[in-house]
Amino acid sequence: MIELTGVSKSFTTKDVGTVAALKGVSLRIDGNEFFTLLGPSGCGKTTLLRLIGGFEMPSTGAIRIDDLDVAALPPQKRPVNTVFQSYALFPHMTVAGNVAFGLEMCGWKKADIDARVKEALALVRLDGFATRKPTQLSGGQQQRVALARALAPKPKVLLLDEPLSALDLKLRKEMQGELKRLQRETGITFVLVTHDQEEALAMSDRIAVMRDGLVLQVGTPKAIYDNPNSRFVADFIGEANLVPGNVLGRDHGMTVAVRPERVTLGRLNGHGARAKGEVAGVTFLGLDTLYEILLDGARVRARVRDAGEPFQAGDTVAVDWPDTAERELLH
Amino acid sequence: MLAPAVLVIGVFMLIPMFIALAYSFMTADPYGGVQAPFTFDAYIQFLYQRDFDDSLIFASDYILIIARSIYLAVSTTVICLALGLPVAWYIVCQSEERRRVLLFLITLPFWINTLIRTYCWILILRDEGLANKLLCALGIIADPLPLLYNDGSILLGLVYTFLPFMVLPIYSTLERIDSRLIEAAYDLYASRVAVFRRVIWPLAKPGALAGATLVFAPALGSFLAPDLLGGGKKLLIGSLIQMQFTSSRNWPFGAALSIAITAVILLVIILRSWTAPKREAQA
Repeated sequence: MIELTGVSKSFTTKDVGTVAALKGVSLRIDGNEFFTLLGPSGCGKTTLLRLIGGFEMPSTGAIRIDDLDVAALPPQKRPVNTVFQSYALFPHMTVAGNVAFGLEMCGWKKADIDARVKEALALVRLDGFATRKPTQLSGGQQQRVALARALAPKPKVLLLDEPLSALDLKLRKEMQGELKRLQRETGITFVLVTHDQEEALAMSDRIAVMRDGLVLQVGTPKAIYDNPNSRFVADFIGEANLVPGNVLGRDHGMTVAVRPERVTLGRLNGHGARAKGEVAGVTFLGLDTLYEILLDGARVRARVRDAGEPFQAGDTVAVDWPDTAERELLH
Repeated sequence: MLAPAVLVIGVFMLIPMFIALAYSFMTADPYGGVQAPFTFDAYIQFLYQRDFDDSLIFASDYILIIARSIYLAVSTTVICLALGLPVAWYIVCQSEERRRVLLFLITLPFWINTLIRTYCWILILRDEGLANKLLCALGIIADPLPLLYNDGSILLGLVYTFLPFMVLPIYSTLERIDSRLIEAAYDLYASRVAVFRRVIWPLAKPGALAGATLVFAPALGSFLAPDLLGGGKKLLIGSLIQMQFTSSRNWPFGAALSIAITAVILLVIILRSWTAPKREAQA
């Protein structure tokens, strides 16, 4: 279990002066959890990960791992291992040498190290690669070595800094499943940093959405998707229509969020619809059709499946959605 | 495409080498230079003395000079490595702006003639020199220490002259080490010592080896520091060679001695490539 209480971090550089990367973050990550820090670049997610890893010290606040106060401990004294974004494999060592490194540093016996290296390589399905050098491996294989190296010493927490960003799409999808499997098989807490919301939704038990050094919302992927607590979260996780309240005849300062797939379109028949609009664009997506509707003062996307008689650009349509599909957001 | 490179290597590197080799097999002209016939005399002179009856007696004088020269050159290399590695590491750890300034300072001595720089050490080390005056003024010593004209002062001069040749190649390899490798090592429970021994040193070794070659080779043949700071009391091979081409006017013997040094350096380089065959094959 990781507990962050009021953690903030500022960096001082000559060019820009002091920059607050984290502004008082409190989080609780449970044991055996796949937890994701999600946000756009510059939101502080990587800084937060580096604070947990011990590569940075917090300006204020406390970090506890299993009731051990680690805020002042260097990385080598924390029961935490990291998979770095660029893998950071030791180029002068073999695959086995890389995986064995942490175990040697912990003072394991030679026979135990050999057994554990074999086990770790089998875990990431790299049996038979032990004597290769990192430069002889593909990106995906290097990624697996980095995972094996970080998992070998059996840490309590595994930190993953955008581990899949350097891989191509197909490999990325495959590794998403692999990471999930590894987390389940090892029972180690995974803390993953990513800017890819799809990746976060697919893998995580819980997600913390971050922006500008703050955590905006924490919850399961479904809870965050269904109940975003702010315009930013609604827009960042999946697609969302953000309709100003006054367009729908409600309070001026409030926004109504609704997912495109929940929006229904119909012929105008004078009553029942929330709004009336004009079809501005039609995009055929195969299974679905995406309509761009211009309302009076807003633009709404509707992702419609099996629409029957399709609408054309220029048609006037009734726009509607179920009450349960919308969220009223104040900020 | 290749022709100019081959020409440069030929004119500046190979041809002078062959001229030296050829001269070492010729006969000395009493007025300097060389003349026919071809002979092994220079190499014989290196190992033997001619007795009055013209028989050859084995003489170890020149071997000892070479041994002492190698000893001083190795010491210079080791000290330069011990000083150069921390200095290079310190520079790498600085901000980019400070790195530029520090690198400039490292190369600054090149701007001043080596002879003048070496001579300055005499002013510092002699009995009435800066060092002794300072120590006397501070009351640490009563009488001046014999700082000049010994192996120590020669070594000091050599280290001073060749240190930049060690710092620069080590710096260039250290600079290329990804800082995340060091973070990864710490992350995997390595102590500071282990990070240096297992990650930084293996990756810096090619630079250190290049630096060692760049220091050892010229230190072995150097004659400025030994002449000026050693007082010429005990000959080193560099001074000996210089004498053959000037006062002794025995060019073939000077050439033979040069070839002997080259052989020693070549041997070191060959040994070096034997000890690290894998790394080189990979690069």
